[in-house]
Amino acid sequence: MIEVKNIRKGFGDKIVIDDVSAVMEAGKCNLIIGASGSGKTVFMKCIVGLFKPDSGEILYNGRNYIEMTNEERKEIRQQIGMLFQGSALFDSQTVEENIMFPLNMFTKDPYHKKLKRVNEVLERVNLKDVNKKFPAELSGGMKKRVGIARAIVLNPKYLFCDEPNSGLDPQTSLVIDKLIKEITTEFNITTLVNTHDMNSVMEIGDHIIYMYQGRKEWEGNNKEIIFSKNERLNEFIFASEFLKDAKDMRMLEHTGKINGDRNIS
Amino acid sequence: MTLFTEFGRYLLMIKGMFSRPENGRMYWKELMHQCSEIGIGSLGIVVIISVFMGAVSTLQTSYQLVSNLIPRSTIAQIVRDTVILEFAPTLVCIVLAGVVGSKIASELGNMRVSEQIDALEIMGINTKAYLVMPKIIAALIMIPLLVVISAALGIWGGRLAGVMAGVIAPNIYDKGLVQDFKPYNVFFALVKGYTFAYIISSISAYYGYFVKGGALEIGRSSTRAVVVSCVAILFADYILAALLLDTE
Repeated sequence: MIEVKNIRKGFGDKIVIDDVSAVMEAGKCNLIIGASGSGKTVFMKCIVGLFKPDSGEILYNGRNYIEMTNEERKEIRQQIGMLFQGSALFDSQTVEENIMFPLNMFTKDPYHKKLKRVNEVLERVNLKDVNKKFPAELSGGMKKRVGIARAIVLNPKYLFCDEPNSGLDPQTSLVIDKLIKEITTEFNITTLVNTHDMNSVMEIGDHIIYMYQGRKEWEGNNKEIIFSKNERLNEFIFASEFLKDAKDMRMLEHTGKINGDRNIS
Repeated sequence: MTLFTEFGRYLLMIKGMFSRPENGRMYWKELMHQCSEIGIGSLGIVVIISVFMGAVSTLQTSYQLVSNLIPRSTIAQIVRDTVILEFAPTLVCIVLAGVVGSKIASELGNMRVSEQIDALEIMGINTKAYLVMPKIIAALIMIPLLVVISAALGIWGGRLAGVMAGVIAPNIYDKGLVQDFKPYNVFFALVKGYTFAYIISSISAYYGYFVKGGALEIGRSSTRAVVVSCVAILFADYILAALLLDTE
């Protein structure tokens, strides 16, 4: 479990994260949503330790990450897997070498054991016959899956995904979402996902935090979000007519009535 | 950003390199990879430059020695000393600042921009120790070696050109090479080689490691790394000459 208490972060005069608190539970997909520039990525980078918050606490299973020594922080980081927006695979290494890298660095296992583990995680993310390929030879979706495979190869306790669906087609996005959800429940990982993608919100949002201009505006899950009366959230989530219709249909299904006086065509 | 802030950040980067490696074998592998990239990767250009610089030195020295009172073996002495004292360490390192420096800056810059450095940090790896340190150590091993190779090839290139152009006989050239030879000059060349190797690798690593932005900024930081390294080399060249050579 990760607990964030009243964190603030600014760059110069600009406050990017303003007094945000949240609890991210294990075995759940915790989503941070919000418009571009709302502070999602900075929030996530504060939690993983790439940025140091100006104030507040970040607790990993009750231990304050900010006050830890470098050695203690290293220990926590070895329990973290992260999928980056651009996958962040090492260009000069093959898929197999990329995934084996954390194993080479942090284990003393023999090569055949490491290779077995690499093949296991590749199979887990539904990739075959890509061991000897370089990242430049892979599609966007495959790169993301290799990124996930590298992130989970050391059996992490915490998984962070920054915009896992950016640049992917809707079908591939669904595959990635499903994968993240399955891995989270299968290994009881605390997963935190930064996303803009409304499919992700509806499909895997066990716990959702909506951020607006650096502040936490709304918190709930993918069922509650349909019935939220928060105007900013509704404007952000149900931005198009199509999504507004979808929301109304879902409401009609659950309550037998529709908010406001909209007509569903 | 002021010069002092930049210098402070550079010193912090250097200080940050010193930590216990997460896995010594991986660091060793990275060091060997960098030795190959810096040493073998630059060997071709060093060979070409060195042979031609020696050859041109011989021909130009011969052109300027018009008096019959000066023995022809003096040509070899002049070529030997200019190559060892200045051409091999300084000229070659200026070229290496372009070849090796831009490579280091653009490699680290690309890793920074594509979040590969962040990915390593998240894994719990000290990226300054894993990415910067092996490059600096590899440069400190390979660049002085390249300077020695360059000096030998420069002197050989001078001999070859002198003989081919008919300005000096091989036996006279060889005789000139050993006349008044000061082994201290080789020591001085090596001191320069180590100093310039550190300048090239650390300055380029600094500009690459702290890149912000995209492809354009990577190009800009590579250029800046080369320019700053070249200026620092010339400055250090003067300081070393003033400190280590008895000019009175």
